[in-house]
Amino acid sequence: MTTLLEAQNLTKHFPLRRGLFGSDPGAVRVVDGVSFAIEAGRTLGVVGESGCGKSTTAKLVLKLEEPTSGEIRFEGRALQKLDASELRQYRRSVQAVFQDPFASLNPRMRVGAIIDEPLVTNEKIDKAHARERVARLLDMVGLPARSADLFPHEFSGGQRQRIAIARALALSPKLVVLDEPVSALDVSIRAQILNLLVDLQRDLGLAYLFIAHDLAAVAHMSHTIAVMYLGQLVEYGPAKTVASDPKHPYTQALFSAALPSHPDEAREEIILTGEVPSPVNPPSGCRFHPRCPHVLPRCAPEVPKLRPAFGRETACHLYEQPT
Amino acid sequence: MNSAPLLELDRLSAHYVTGRGTRIVRAVDEVSITLRAGETLGVVGESGSGKTTLALAILRLLPTAARIVSGAMRFDGEDLLAKSPAEMRRIRGKRIAMILQDPMASLNPLFTVGDQVGESLRVHEHASRRSARERAGALLKSVKIPAATQRLREYPHQMSGGMRQRIVGAIAISCEPQLLIADEPTTSLDVTIQAQYLKLLREIQREHGLALIFITHNLGIVARMCDNVAVMYAGRVIEAGPVRQIFNAPVHPYTRALIESIPRMGEGPERLTAIDGQPPDLATLPVGCSFQARCPRVMDHCREEAPPAFDVASQHTARCWLARP
Repeated sequence: MTTLLEAQNLTKHFPLRRGLFGSDPGAVRVVDGVSFAIEAGRTLGVVGESGCGKSTTAKLVLKLEEPTSGEIRFEGRALQKLDASELRQYRRSVQAVFQDPFASLNPRMRVGAIIDEPLVTNEKIDKAHARERVARLLDMVGLPARSADLFPHEFSGGQRQRIAIARALALSPKLVVLDEPVSALDVSIRAQILNLLVDLQRDLGLAYLFIAHDLAAVAHMSHTIAVMYLGQLVEYGPAKTVASDPKHPYTQALFSAALPSHPDEAREEIILTGEVPSPVNPPSGCRFHPRCPHVLPRCAPEVPKLRPAFGRETACHLYEQPT
Repeated sequence: MNSAPLLELDRLSAHYVTGRGTRIVRAVDEVSITLRAGETLGVVGESGSGKTTLALAILRLLPTAARIVSGAMRFDGEDLLAKSPAEMRRIRGKRIAMILQDPMASLNPLFTVGDQVGESLRVHEHASRRSARERAGALLKSVKIPAATQRLREYPHQMSGGMRQRIVGAIAISCEPQLLIADEPTTSLDVTIQAQYLKLLREIQREHGLALIFITHNLGIVARMCDNVAVMYAGRVIEAGPVRQIFNAPVHPYTRALIESIPRMGEGPERLTAIDGQPPDLATLPVGCSFQARCPRVMDHCREEAPPAFDVASQHTARCWLARP
């Protein structure tokens, strides 16, 4: 297995507005020292609640935001060191599908034009060839070729998401960032889109960065799971290991709060108290300690590091060897 | 458990008439539901299946384009359809309360939380300003809002989404209703906050012996919260019964597919059972069963005649020709 994309110590701070007397008000530490790797042809799932930094992480990977520090390496090369033409190549190799297919498709463009736009801007391609490629892409996502002449409003949510996927695939990318790709869809349609994504991955060898708050969907789709809390990774490892036996108290609470798929599914319910604190002024030490049911005295002063434990990595003082 | 049902809908139909009568949308079509005190009923369906229209019909709050065209609706032995608007106002918020999906839209940004929680008490129970405020404080405490008395003076924008939804919950239970209708109350909340809220609702229900109608598209919420479930498709209840029974032995192909399409924890990336096609347009429903175009087990008869609700087991009904005895 080869590593396609690697993020090291990735950090993104958004500065706050300066105060009245020019004092430095600090910054919102949205993503704070996050490292992960995406293997070619595999899926990395990122889970966490709103404000944990998962969408910002996706934007950093898409190069829609520049990291404050840390680096992203794609096929072994750091993104900061790429020249203009290499950067173009990178942008072609990494595509995205967003949550809301009603917002991500231009209502004034025909579906054919939406899908061949990336082709026309990136490749010198004539009309007849473009049309043929569009028909092939539509077929790949399970839409009839005549859809190319219609407008987005003539399609349902699930079909629009298929169009968005076809557009993402137009340039034969190696990595597709999926930011909540099924949350806006109806239950009976979600499974269709998830199946389509699994099929495309198998047929085209795509890697996915899959971001969703639906834990069962992430656990189902991913090979590796990264759990984020307030801008940091708290647990990272093989999807099956993390989902079936979470170790970090936050991951445990998160997965126990996920809804059961059957009324007889016995699960210990861990109900957290309080809410996610503000990333402007995160708690000291372990950022989860004010809500943690297993909090230790050292959790407030000491930041836990992400360390290997039980076949995955977790950032928790509970699993550190006493020194 | 006492036997007289608290709420009973008998083949209730509510239609939207648009385009000067040329387009009839059968949003709620011959829906029969029985709910007893203390019970929780889950109403599941996709968008456009008529579940919210059903809730609005029970409260008689349908928009002007919609009419209840037939059927009967009884609440606590009284005929709800025979009530005058003034009588309905005395029922809404007092005996039947509702929680909506978006707490920011259901709270008024210009009034303090204390005013809004106390409002129903002032209107329905003619409480004085001071006693309404005191009881509002107690209500906020009962929905586990820290520093409740200070929070009374604050405005909705000063609170997080989870807290706002708990305030909406406090308003709903302020007059101790017999029936609470919750329409997707946790959709806008994060997973751990959703778990907190569901637990709170269960506690409130147990304490006050409330009957609860939970409207949701999420079968997981039904699995965790409900005693009975009614599955809606294209305006009709296509299957209804006790939750365990429905999850273990679904009869209608739609219910079965819906249950099988939920991804399960701890399973690798493999194919899910998907339902092909999309829900039909409610204005142009086909003759016969409305699920026919997507049904994997469709028969000729399904295209000719819509199936009635057949009894499958005790309290378990299904509108499917496969269930014909």
